[in-house]
Amino acid sequence: MRGKAVTGCTITQKILAAHAVGGTAEAGQIVTIRPDVVLLNDVSGPLAFEQFDAMGATAPFDPERIVLVADHFAPAPDVTAAGAIAMTRGFAARHGIRHFYEPGRGGIEHTLLAELGMVGHGGIVFGADSHTCTAGAFNALGIGFGSTDLAAALAMGQLWMRVPESIRVELSGVPGAYVTGKDVILELIRRIGSDGAADAALEFGGPGLAALPVDARMAIANMAVEAGADTCVFEGDALSAADMAARGMAPVAAVAADAGATYRAGIAIDLGALQPMVARPPSPASGVPVTALRGQRVDQVYVGNCSNGTMTDLRQVAEILRGRQVAPGVRMIVVPATQKIWRQALAEGLLEVFAAAGAAVSTPTCGACFGGHMGILAAGETAIATTNRNYRGRMGHPESQVFLANAWVAAAAAVAGEIVPPDEIATRFALEAA
Amino acid sequence: MSTPFQGRIHRFGDEVNTDVILPGRYLSLRRPEELGRHCMEGLDPDFVNRVRPGDILAVGRNFGCGSSREHAVIALKAAGITAIVAVSAARIFFRNAVNLGLPVITCPDAAAALREGEEARIDLDTNSVAQGGRTWEGAALGDEVRAILAAGGLVQRVRQALANAA
Repeated sequence: MRGKAVTGCTITQKILAAHAVGGTAEAGQIVTIRPDVVLLNDVSGPLAFEQFDAMGATAPFDPERIVLVADHFAPAPDVTAAGAIAMTRGFAARHGIRHFYEPGRGGIEHTLLAELGMVGHGGIVFGADSHTCTAGAFNALGIGFGSTDLAAALAMGQLWMRVPESIRVELSGVPGAYVTGKDVILELIRRIGSDGAADAALEFGGPGLAALPVDARMAIANMAVEAGADTCVFEGDALSAADMAARGMAPVAAVAADAGATYRAGIAIDLGALQPMVARPPSPASGVPVTALRGQRVDQVYVGNCSNGTMTDLRQVAEILRGRQVAPGVRMIVVPATQKIWRQALAEGLLEVFAAAGAAVSTPTCGACFGGHMGILAAGETAIATTNRNYRGRMGHPESQVFLANAWVAAAAAVAGEIVPPDEIATRFALEAA
Repeated sequence: MSTPFQGRIHRFGDEVNTDVILPGRYLSLRRPEELGRHCMEGLDPDFVNRVRPGDILAVGRNFGCGSSREHAVIALKAAGITAIVAVSAARIFFRNAVNLGLPVITCPDAAAALREGEEARIDLDTNSVAQGGRTWEGAALGDEVRAILAAGGLVQRVRQALANAA
């Protein structure tokens, strides 16, 4: 059932109203939302499955609209993790859920969900993962929850929430060389702080949108939660429509805000004025231009995760690494976000470029991003990563540190062994003869 | 109706994220007793040695931000924490806490005033905090949150709803 048309609505309110029991969604209202897709992983899933059973639920609301992904501790590093994945696999089998994915056929849940063609214009995803907001890139709402909330969503097919106000982010201009979606979101979080969008939805639009491909929008949407946002959403356009078509989705009109929509605040970002940004530990909100950190030594370079493990990111890395070497004493780990991306990178010869440069290429996994496995940092070590969090101890020992940056900057640091503006790589590190 | 209870305060600052409350390397664990042993390990490895059952946290802005991991709430409860008095709490953490029956009282004045080691008294019926003759009232809870807390958590609330629907 589609919701009643109310004038003066934001994109967020319109999408929520269209999924609300009762059909309305005004800022501050408590509503019951029926999501299109419910998403869980091997860390949030097992807790949710136990709660689902404890609730006395016997069958999930709709097996076709549930997606379970083994991505965090996958491939399983130990027996405990293997048990959690087995439990997830078992829940899928017991309830006839065919959307269960694990290494070899899957990837990182948020990137994978888009790839599967399960999120597009006007949709709603409820995910037991804070980065479910990545779906905002597709003119959809991705909303993160904990396991017990999603156990209730599995059981009932619906969940209560408070309708947020929206903050409009008006994008203009065209980004310069080496400036990406990552830099847009690091700049935004720097400006408004880690709770600057608390109790609000971030809505991105404006003429600058045309210069941001869908991968860049995913990098931006992914970190909306790092500004404290309840969720986020991009305006739909020709690029998002083409992306849906490429993923085999039927065309659906994008949801636009009303001309008279009310916003809590407006923020303008001129893409042309941005520089590549680096967020210093221990907060994603502590971004500075890359030039301010020139010379910062790194022990590990990590490219991957649900914000920046796309083909766009891998091509940027390859452009820097092709004909060059990872600096002595530095280790580099490249993690394509999904199996499909991994295979595309293989087909384009990118994996060979990474391997020839001395980088390790991993199967898709959340891996070391959350300090799980596959590249944990020791005490005193420093990493630069294309991931989304650099909290104390995020990637390992509490006395390790993480700088967040885009894939150009990460790759440049791999070659130089220290943070360096990527436009200096060509002059400082000549190409080796093939 | 719930009985007011008293507990000893532990203070933490702003932006205490769920990664430091329960580091990612422990996320394949699920049992409360296992998670409780690592509570706050990312920020204060000695916390588990000092905390006692019934203790209360007084914390700063944006408590529980970051990862949606419910393991953080399970760890705090298993370590003995019975309530959190916060300047503010992140949305997902707040919901997780309510769902598992761990009350979070949003009250900047109380969170700022309470000192390490003080005994504070929590009254959930009035959503208030008292210490040494001072009383503060927390931000009002919505009907849905109060209903979940009254049921004893979201599992019980959904259990009732499913039973009523059957």
